[in-house]
Amino acid sequence: MRSFVTGTVRDLPKSGIRRFFDIVADMKDVVSLGVGEPDFDTPWHISRTAIAALENGATHYTSNLGTPQLRREIANYLDRRFNARYDWRSEILVTVGVSEALDLVLRAICDPGDEVLYHEPCFVAYPAAVKLARAVPVSVPTYAEESFRLRVEELEKRVTPRTKALLLNFPCNPTGAVLCEENFRELADFAARRDLLLISDEVYSELDYTGAFRSFASMPEIRDRLVLLNGFSKSWAMTGFRLGYACGPREVIDAMMKIHQYGIMSAPTLSQAAGVRAMREGDADVARMREEYRRRRNFLVASLNGMGLETVMPDGAFYVFPSIKSTGLSSEEFALRLLNEHSVAAVPGCAFGECGEGYIRCSYATSMENLKTAVKRIGDFSAALARR
Amino acid sequence: MDNLLEELKKNGRETAENLAKMLQSTPAEIEARIAEYEKAGIIRGFQALLNPNMVETDDVHAAIELKIRPERESGFGSIADRISRFPQVDSCFLMSGGYDLLLFVTGKSLQDVAHFVAAELSTIDGVLSTATHFMLKTYKDQGVAMECRNGGEERLSVTP
Repeated sequence: MRSFVTGTVRDLPKSGIRRFFDIVADMKDVVSLGVGEPDFDTPWHISRTAIAALENGATHYTSNLGTPQLRREIANYLDRRFNARYDWRSEILVTVGVSEALDLVLRAICDPGDEVLYHEPCFVAYPAAVKLARAVPVSVPTYAEESFRLRVEELEKRVTPRTKALLLNFPCNPTGAVLCEENFRELADFAARRDLLLISDEVYSELDYTGAFRSFASMPEIRDRLVLLNGFSKSWAMTGFRLGYACGPREVIDAMMKIHQYGIMSAPTLSQAAGVRAMREGDADVARMREEYRRRRNFLVASLNGMGLETVMPDGAFYVFPSIKSTGLSSEEFALRLLNEHSVAAVPGCAFGECGEGYIRCSYATSMENLKTAVKRIGDFSAALARR
Repeated sequence: MDNLLEELKKNGRETAENLAKMLQSTPAEIEARIAEYEKAGIIRGFQALLNPNMVETDDVHAAIELKIRPERESGFGSIADRISRFPQVDSCFLMSGGYDLLLFVTGKSLQDVAHFVAAELSTIDGVLSTATHFMLKTYKDQGVAMECRNGGEERLSVTP
């Protein structure tokens, strides 16, 4: 019988993270630094709002774009936080997490063969999402020596007449990098000069430890070529609610809405009710979690550097990306042995792109107790490797 | 609140070395700051937080509302102090609202608490009335839930 699966999907590699997940699932007593979601419970008042919405019968479809209440609240939030003005009627689309929003924007703007520039190491879904949109992902490396910031010279080398968009994710998963002011402006200028759509995935925007983060939405001059993606998962520990949003020029949002309308209909109604509450009353929760993450980050970076695994102090998100080059192992070997011999799960850097080789991603979205145990075990492993 | 006090409130047994890493300080400085807080009386002690539902004991806990007559010179202070000195009294708060002092007390048995209220508390000069409420079960204490919810265990261990 012939294969029914498309060539594109057949050739799509499975996420490198998936393999580790399968191994960990069969092990006991593993401390996991492999988790890309907050360990905090969703703030109770937000969950209560979803429960109340259920009790009040909010169990029907909503407008394809999302409820007017939530879109208004998103517009208020962006104005309040980033001084960005979006018309809630036509420039905001509520999605099933940022993942859906990313898929929508790529499918809405890419013709077959169009190229999309993005930086590596990056979130595992980017190249795959571009390929699924029948476009060509073009990766641009970033380096620890430059705090994983993206250089325009590197972009210029790879831009072609087919380049349609530049996809950015700062604060970055997996490196935790945040753009500096100069870099931020350069990238916006580059997108304008090359007439590209700038897709900025800012899902970690609230996890900014130095105040260095700036949203591209705060720049009126690139407003017409910016699609901002953000969501509730990381800021308010709401991953399971599956709630995100996209803001951008009416034409693009309208195109995204068409795909969303036929493929999804509308984001979960209960989640949208919870989202309103999060944006209205959730500032203190964000502040509390950010402060806790900051201390864990400090602890983890100091500990890893202390054992000779060189680690850049990241300015955002909840990941550190230590170099394991000094051990002489590949990142895959290091992560596998760390898991098998010392029961700590971390994700090999190569899962996030070629230039992630030589690094591992450690998430500190886990308790201090777990971090202390993990640090002890990683220390034992490093010491054993050094003795060889 | 000072960030060191915040961390110690979460975990009083945290080592100076770990605290130093979290707060970007040095172990020596952390130890010095804790010593200073102890000396100043800001840190009054360190205790284990037990789950009373699981500790094997016949102890009985009660909350007692007290109405008292303030004294001319010292207001509520000296009578609150007199009451606080009883070892049965775990906590004593001055309250706004329908009564003046709220006590949390521990006794060996129901009779023990009853005797304490009738023979000791009520007979103190200035105590006008008492209302005793026995505690049946602890759900949460000092910010810590006593029953483990296992929602967190369903969290996937490796995710993008």
